[in-house]
Parts: sequence; C-alpha cells; structure tokens
Amino acid sequence: MIAIINYNVGNLLSIHNMFKKIGAESCITNDVEVIANASKILLPGVGHFDYCMQQFNASGLKTVIHKKVINEKTPTLGICVGHQMLFEKSEEGLEKGLAWLPGEVVKFDTTQMPSSYKIPHMGWTDIFTQNKATLFENIEKPRFYMVHSYYVKCAEELVTAKAKYGYMFVTAIEKDNIFGTQFHPEKSHSFGMKLLKKFADL
Amino acid sequence: MLRHRIIPCLLLKNGGLVKTYKFKNPKYVGDPINAIRIFNDKEVDELMVLDITATNAKQEPNYHLIEQFAGECFMPLSYGGGITSVEHAHRLFSIGVEKICLQTAALENPSLISQISSRFGSQSVLVSIDIKKNWLGKRQLYSATREKILSTNILDFIKIAIDSGAGEIVLNSVDHDGVMEGMDIELIQQISGAISVPLIALGGVGKLNDIKLAVNAGASAVAVGAFFVFHGPHRAVLITYPQYKELEILLNS
Repeated sequence: MIAIINYNVGNLLSIHNMFKKIGAESCITNDVEVIANASKILLPGVGHFDYCMQQFNASGLKTVIHKKVINEKTPTLGICVGHQMLFEKSEEGLEKGLAWLPGEVVKFDTTQMPSSYKIPHMGWTDIFTQNKATLFENIEKPRFYMVHSYYVKCAEELVTAKAKYGYMFVTAIEKDNIFGTQFHPEKSHSFGMKLLKKFADL
Repeated sequence: MLRHRIIPCLLLKNGGLVKTYKFKNPKYVGDPINAIRIFNDKEVDELMVLDITATNAKQEPNYHLIEQFAGECFMPLSYGGGITSVEHAHRLFSIGVEKICLQTAALENPSLISQISSRFGSQSVLVSIDIKKNWLGKRQLYSATREKILSTNILDFIKIAIDSGAGEIVLNSVDHDGVMEGMDIELIQQISGAISVPLIALGGVGKLNDIKLAVNAGASAVAVGAFFVFHGPHRAVLITYPQYKELEILLNS
C-alpha cells in the first residue's frame, strides 16, 4: 500500500487517480498507523514552501514519516514542493526543509533567460536523464508537465533528470530510497504513468 | 524545450457539451465524459471546461460531474463557471481540478482573485476576459452574463487581475468564437506584450496555422474549441487533436 500523505496540502486526488489507473494500491491518509504500515510513501506539495512545511510540521506525522524514510528506508517519492521539502531550505521562505538530502531550493534566475520567458515555468518540457535514473527506465522521449518558479540545486550525483528553461535546471533526484520530481507525473499522461508504475513496483 | 500549450476548450450547458457561434446558438456536440476520455487518450497538453450557463442560472459548479471529469484527466484540468467564493474554489481543487477560471466574479469582485490565489497559489487561478468590438469597431470588455459591452478599460482590468494574483489570463474574442477563420492576432499581440503572466488565447482557430500565428504573436498557450470538435463544412461532430509530432513541427519551425 502506497501512503499518499494528507497534510492538508495539494491535489491528492489526482495522484490517487493515477495509481488507480495503473493498478497500484494507494490511499490518501493522515493516519499514523496506516503510514507506519505503508510499503511506500508519496509526499505531495503544492503552493508556498513555508505553507507546506508549516502544514507538514503541524500534521503530527513528521515522526512516523521520518522513521519510515530514514530508519526503515521505505521508498519515498516527493512531488513538486514535496520534492523541494526533501532538501535543507528554500529561497521562497524561511522555514527549514526536512533536510533528508543536502541542497537548497532556488528561484529561476530571469537574468539568464530571454525577457519573453515568463515565470512560473509552466507547461510540457522535455527532460534529460543522467546517472542511474531508476524511475525513468523505459520512458522514451520523456516529457512532463511542470509548473514552478523554484527548483532544487544539489550535487550532480543526486540528479537523475534535468530540463531546460533558459538554462539547465534539476527536475528529478534520487538517493537510495528517496526520489523526487519537480514536475507532476500525475498530470503527465503515459509518461507519468510509467514513472509512477516504476515507483509502485520498487 | 518548453512547448506552447494547445488546450481543447469545452463548453458545458446543463451537463451536455455544446459549441457556440459568436457566443450564440449553442449546438449540442455530445457527452462530456466521452469527449474528455477521447482527449485524454490523445494526450492533450491540458484541458479547459467552461460551464456557460452556471453563472446566469446562479448555480454552483456541478461538482459531481466535474469530479468525474477529473477522474478521466491525466493532464491538468481547468474549470470555469459559477465560482463565486473561496469555498467553491476549494471544493473544486479537492475533487481534482488544477486551475479554476474566474470571469463574472472577477469583474464584480476582484478581491476574490486574491483570496483564492493567496491560499492556493496564483498558478491555480485563471482570469478570463471576453472581448467584443463595439459599433465603432473598437475592442471592449464584454460581459457574457449581462450580454453587454462594458466601459472598463481592457488593460486596466487585466492589470488589476494580475496584481490580485491571477496566474494566467484567458483572452477570448466574441467576434471570432466558433467562426474558425483565424484569431484576433492584433489583440493577442497587444495584450501579451503588456502582461508578465502567460496568456491563453481563445477564439477563432480554424486550422493549425492559426495556432502558430497566435503563438508568434506572443500567446503562451492557445485554447481551441470548434476546430477540435467539428469536421468539414457541415460541422459534423468529430473530436480531434494534432499528433505530438505535428505540433512539434508546427511550433518549432
């Protein structure tokens, strides 16, 4: 059972719908016991970094999720702000991130792109994989739906995919049991289905 | 690279799918769930559903129906029609809608834009405006619910909407709606050059090249109604969407 963490943030139903579509068992939950018994953790997140962290910290789920991710090495996927929260901090706000991985979240540098480029970066974007990109195996010409103004800056060895918006930026990461995508697999048709299927099958 | 989004725009009337001509004569084109399934199978970039009767009938969004739509959409879904409060928006987000589209409510009460965007993020709030030429041929804001041309300056209103937190502007042209003879390129150029958020151009696409012209004029996305639901001179209903490769060639060349 994949636990889609409900901490009052994000569009959880879309993720649940896609797991249903690919035949993976998942549930939207804020129940400590359900999470403790889950085989996978899905950490969503939409909106402001600080708002997401505050909601997460207030959810009472931090201890059980930390134990699952860090001690039990349960496969965990963060999506969008859920992906950003895996790191130490964000330029968007003052709250500390979960700091499960070293790195920070930074804003798009508009001085490095043509003035016609609008922020947020929104739409379908080709991605380029690197390292051992476990979740991207068997995805041909991968493209995903993105909507964000911030992205993760971290060591190359964590990076599994980059995309280009004015310049190359990190759009997916992986470290042992922890995965993150800046884009929205749950809104990315067959590309997202393949990625989430791979995660569900880990 | 980032491709410009091509977005089928579906109109709802009493739970059925319709297509209008210059905002009039809604013609029934079929069952919305069926159409959405087909668009999903064709892997469209995004989907927009606008209920054209909810506001006038003073009805809230048809949540039950929209939840079914969202269950079929493995791409972003935006919905407009009958949204007058933060609660309505919240309920739509919770049943799987990514973006809500405000029009009448935004005109009457721009603070609703900021109330929704500050809580759910500006990426989730579209503000749509309809433009119609007056008898002198001057483009003006148009209220579809009141069937009346408004005196508010177009750019002034758009600036208020963006300052209030609108993440994208949907720009529709009443005179081009359903006509399928090209978009109002001059209008798209004028508005896209003046705003900092993405512009979704709507109204008038009758061939693929019309999309390209709108993109060249500065539209971040092009929404398409009649061209994706009608086929041939007699407007037989046939749901279509260009192949990814076709769009790549069209928009990158």
